[in-house]
Amino acid sequence: MSTHENGREITFGEAIKEALMEEMHRDSHVFIIGEDVAAAGTVFKVLTGLLDEFGPERVIDSPISEAGITGIGVGAAVTGMRPVVDIMFGDFTTLAMDQMVNQAAKTHYMSGGKLRVPMVIRTTMGAGRRSAAQHSQSLHAWYSHVPGLKVAIPSTPYDAKGLMKTAIREDNPVVIVEDKMMYSLKGIVPSEEYTIPLGVADVKRVGEDITLVATSQMVHLALEASQKLAALGISAEVVDPRTTFPLDKQALVNSVKKTSRAIVIDQGYQRYGVTGEIASVIADGAFYYLDAPVKRIGAMDVPIPFSPILEDLTIPSVPDIVEMAKTLCGRY
Amino acid sequence: MSQDETGISQLDLTELEETTLDHWLNTYRQMIKIRLFEEKTNELYTSAKMPGLAHLYIGEEAVAVGVCEALRQDDYITSTHRGHGHCLAKGAKLDKMFSELLGKVDGYCRGKGGSMHIADQDTGNLGANGIVGGSAGIATGAALSIKMRASDQVAVCFFGDGALGQGLFYESMNMAQLWNLPVIYVCENNLYGEYTPTEKSTSGNRLARAEAFGMDNVEISGQDVRLVYQTVKRLVERARAGEGPAFLLCHTYRFRGHHVGDIDRPYRSREEEEKWQTENDPLKILSDWLVSDKMVEPDLFSQIEEEVRAEVEVAVTFALDASFPDEMEVDAHVYA
Repeated sequence: MSTHENGREITFGEAIKEALMEEMHRDSHVFIIGEDVAAAGTVFKVLTGLLDEFGPERVIDSPISEAGITGIGVGAAVTGMRPVVDIMFGDFTTLAMDQMVNQAAKTHYMSGGKLRVPMVIRTTMGAGRRSAAQHSQSLHAWYSHVPGLKVAIPSTPYDAKGLMKTAIREDNPVVIVEDKMMYSLKGIVPSEEYTIPLGVADVKRVGEDITLVATSQMVHLALEASQKLAALGISAEVVDPRTTFPLDKQALVNSVKKTSRAIVIDQGYQRYGVTGEIASVIADGAFYYLDAPVKRIGAMDVPIPFSPILEDLTIPSVPDIVEMAKTLCGRY
Repeated sequence: MSQDETGISQLDLTELEETTLDHWLNTYRQMIKIRLFEEKTNELYTSAKMPGLAHLYIGEEAVAVGVCEALRQDDYITSTHRGHGHCLAKGAKLDKMFSELLGKVDGYCRGKGGSMHIADQDTGNLGANGIVGGSAGIATGAALSIKMRASDQVAVCFFGDGALGQGLFYESMNMAQLWNLPVIYVCENNLYGEYTPTEKSTSGNRLARAEAFGMDNVEISGQDVRLVYQTVKRLVERARAGEGPAFLLCHTYRFRGHHVGDIDRPYRSREEEEKWQTENDPLKILSDWLVSDKMVEPDLFSQIEEEVRAEVEVAVTFALDASFPDEMEVDAHVYA
């Protein structure tokens, strides 16, 4: 578990901005391009102040052209720059899929290792904002499916800052997916410089009876569920992979070898998704240690509805986790 | 440069007076190198020595060579599925090209890219592309990078008329003009997108697309390498001087099919093909002029051809003898 108590309390959004600020000061090749990233500081007001610090040459407001700016990112990256391409909503990455999947992800391999694409695509995920079907999806499983891309899905300000800094320094395309419901979430971040390697999971809570593998905002649901389970005498361990690729398989397997039970919780659609992949990793690696089938809780396989009463039914909830954990632990 | 009544720019020989005979002979050599490379590639296919397919550039040599002769080695290009000509014109070596086509480890991409993905950063080639119009953003991003690095390089985006149907192309042109980027979009209108005539896929005026963005635009015959060179030289000078992007429409013709396996070509007439090949062969247009205006002995062209043919033979032998990648290579270079 990360210990970083000696620091300042800042929000998730501030952590993202700090990472960009620091890396843009450190390396003049880093720039950010996207819709409303400059004057508006993004629609989520996460980047306010970046324009004043670095000017419009390095904080570039673009037209509404997701494919275009992603392609521009690839071109800038292969010629010596380190672009951060901002795609406002994860739903809009569908418009940039050719550039992400066929260009950014494959350029290094197709060139026999000669060309490098050191770029970051930062985008958002997460339902619950009453934004309906085209502004609420969590599509990180799509990016994770493609060899050549790396994918980070931070759950805390500390992780967001450290992973963003590492992503910017990476020589590969990295997609950072930020849950837009977490921008005001507060957490302790060290005053001094730090980075977090990609591919290292973090145990957010130590437990003995069941492992809750949770990603992004689902970590907080899992932690809340753990409190309720503790009251019932069930000790849950919460493991956050932090990156879906590279995936820290060993940490997941080690936890389940200890607890013998696992639920994987992720806000992407459940079918063909992150929960399926991680459940399979656990089933493979901890088969002889399991006392129950590995269970999954993902988003319901429907377009995300607008009406709050319906939307809330589609995303994982604390009671969902508690009930499933009780069942797996034989506590009906 | 003058224009005829259709608006197509015409050759102005007075602008080319300073260009040396050596330059033109080298231009001829580059063009015949591409032609003989492609003929050999076809032979590799028909003799079942080449895996997969290839899209031959025969007939369009004047575009790639005319453009690349106006560029520096450190200028960038992005290329297309029909990209062998661009790669060679920008300076790629025959042996590494053939090796890549045969999937050998000595190829430009260690055999991992193949015909449609040749990249060579030493000659500024940021890569051919299997997605039609797929490199429009990459070339534009290279131009943004040039501007941010305060360099005086230029980026050229080669694409076919088929890419005029792709949205990315318009997104990229819009940003290039907005931000005054040093990028030249070179449209090779070879009249067919795969098997479909361009008039069945593209409405309206092609040049007006650039015009709508306020972008400098020129329409020329892509069969006269002198005209291509002269035009691109001017566009490159503009771009280097910070005067922004341009759109160049080159009318050309692919003498062969869409790819090496497209041998029946029911979508077009043999008469049409013959007319282009006899009246609009870029090699013949240049050599005729060099004979009539520069007093070059016709024998010199067959001499150059024989020299290049010998180079092609050496290169293809090298590639045929080269090794395939080790199996350990399969998952190398997925990540840097």
